[in-house]
Amino acid sequence: MSVEQAEIEKIAELARIRIAEAEVAEVTERISSILDLVGQMQAVDTAGVEPMANPLDASQRLRVDEVTESDRHQEFQQLAPAVENDLYLVPKVID
Amino acid sequence: MLDQTLVQLSDSLAAGAFSSEELTSALLAQIEAHNGDLNAVITVTPEQALADARAADQRIAAGDKAPLTGIPLLHKDIFCTEGIRTSCGSRMLDNFVPPYDATAIARLKATGAVMLGKTNMDEFAMGSSNESSYYGPARNPWDSTRVPGGSSGGSAAAVAAGFAPGATGTDTGGSIRQPAALCGITGLKPTYGRVSRLGMVAFASSLDQGGPMARSAADCALMLSAMAGFDPADSTSAQREAEDFSSDLERDLDGLRIGLPREYFGDGLDSGIAAVVEEAINSFEQRGATLVELSLPHSHLAVPAYYVIAPAEASTNLSRFDGVRYGHRCENPADLHDLYTRTREEGFGAEVKRRILVGTYALSAGYYDAYYRKAQQIRRLIQQDFVSAFSQVDVIMGPTTPHPAWVLGEKANDPVAMYLEDIYTLSVNLAGLPAMSIPAGNSDGLPAGLQLIGDYFSESRLLNIAHQFQQHSDWHLQRPELDGGSEQ
Repeated sequence: MSVEQAEIEKIAELARIRIAEAEVAEVTERISSILDLVGQMQAVDTAGVEPMANPLDASQRLRVDEVTESDRHQEFQQLAPAVENDLYLVPKVID
Repeated sequence: MLDQTLVQLSDSLAAGAFSSEELTSALLAQIEAHNGDLNAVITVTPEQALADARAADQRIAAGDKAPLTGIPLLHKDIFCTEGIRTSCGSRMLDNFVPPYDATAIARLKATGAVMLGKTNMDEFAMGSSNESSYYGPARNPWDSTRVPGGSSGGSAAAVAAGFAPGATGTDTGGSIRQPAALCGITGLKPTYGRVSRLGMVAFASSLDQGGPMARSAADCALMLSAMAGFDPADSTSAQREAEDFSSDLERDLDGLRIGLPREYFGDGLDSGIAAVVEEAINSFEQRGATLVELSLPHSHLAVPAYYVIAPAEASTNLSRFDGVRYGHRCENPADLHDLYTRTREEGFGAEVKRRILVGTYALSAGYYDAYYRKAQQIRRLIQQDFVSAFSQVDVIMGPTTPHPAWVLGEKANDPVAMYLEDIYTLSVNLAGLPAMSIPAGNSDGLPAGLQLIGDYFSESRLLNIAHQFQQHSDWHLQRPELDGGSEQ
C-alpha cells in the first residue's frame, strides 16, 4: 500500500469531499494502485529538463484593460440554489 | 437518407432532394426507435431541432447555404448550450441550464447546423467506457453488451447508429479517438488551441480539445472548418487564420513518409487489431508511401505522466463545484464545511472523486516536485520524441486502441486496467498534437481503428491522408444492424 488511510482522509478533507467511513478502505486501495502506476515516473532521470505546462509553450495573451462583459448577474443567479438581494446564500459562517 | 454521409447530405440538401425538416424528422425517429437500447443521447431537443431545420430550409431557399446549413448534429453534453441542460454526465450538473453557448456550438449554429440533442458521456469526461455517466452507460451499436468507449461514447455510438451524420466530442486523453475506434467511425482531435474551449466544461485545461466525430474524413473536415478558429475569449486559443480543411482532401499520397513507432506494436496489442493496422499501412505503401520505422522512447511514461497532470488539473478545475453558485447542493447543510463536503460527496461519482483525490495529493505540500513537476518534465520528453520523429516523417501511424470494445462491467472496478486502454492516445494530448482514428477493419467482428498522428496544425494533411484511405476502402461506410425498432 503506497498510501495510508489517514493520508487519504487528509487529502479528502483538503479536496472538501466527504468519504463515508465504510468506503475509506476501498478508496485508499484504489488510489494506492493509481499512485503505484504513476510511481513509474520516479525511475526516470529528468535533471535539467524544463517542465512543460502548455503543449505549445504559449503564455497567456494580454488584452486591453477595458470592460467587455455586460451585467447578466440576474440571469446567472437564477442558476443558484439560494439567492437573496442579489447575494448568494450559504449557511451562517460568523455568529 | 440515413445511409448518406454528411457530405452527401449537404449535397442532397443543396439539390433539394429533401428538406432539412424531412431529414431532421427522420433522424429524430431513428433516435426515438433505438435510443432506448443504446442510451447514446441524454437529452433530445425535437422542437428546437425542427424549428432550426425550418430556418435552415429558408436559408437554403434564399441561396444562403453553407456546407453545414440544415445538417442535424448531436453535441456532447460537455458543451454548454443556451437554454438546454448541460449535465457533463454528472449529478453535479443534472440541473444546470447554461445561459450561453460554447463557442464551438455558437459557430456551428451560426452556419445553420441543426442541434438534435446532447450525447451521453463519462462523468466530466473521465473514463474510457462511458460507464461513469450518471445517466448509465451508452452501449455499442455493434454489440449492445459492449461499451462504446469513452469519454465521448454517446457521440460515437450515436453516429454509428445513424442518429446523426456527425457529433461533437472532446479529447483529453483519447476521448474522441478511442470511442471512434470502438464504434467504427472517424474522429479527429485537433491541435491544442484549434477549437475554442470557451463553454466546454473544463477537465484538464492544458489537454482538453474539442473536435468532430462523423463517418468519414471528408465529413470531419466540414465540421472542423465550422468549429475551429481563434477565439479572443479563450486565452489558450491558437491565433491562426480560419482554414478550409476540405481543400487538401484530394492531394495524392506520393512521397508520403509514414512513421511506425516500434513502441506502438509491442506486447499487449490485440492480434486482430495488429493485423488490421498492418494491412492498412501496407495499402498506403502500395499507393506510394514510404514506411519509416522509428522510436518514441518515452511512450511508456505517457500513462503515468498523464495520470498526474490530468487529475491535478481536474482537482483545480472541479473545485468550482461548491453548491453555492450553480449545480447540485446537498439538503440542510449544518454549516459551510458540511455544505461543501456533502455537496461534493453526493454530486460526484466514484471515478471523478478518485481523480480529484489523486490530483489533490499530487499538488499537496511536499509532493509537488515528485509528482506534478516530474510529470511536466516527462511531458516535455514525450513531446521532444514527437518533434524529433516529425523531422523524418509526415505522419505517424499505429493502432488507436490495444483492444476492441469490451463487455460492459469488465473493467469497471479496475481503474488502472481502464487507464491502460488509452496507452496509444494519451501521449498525443500531452504533446498537444492533432490525431485521428479511422475505421480500418474488424477484430472478432468488432471495429478496429487506425490512428494517424500529425505535426502541429497539420489537420488538413491528416484529413487528406485519411480521405485517401477512405477512397480505397469502405470500412467507414459499414453500419451495424440495430436490434428492434424500425430502420428507415
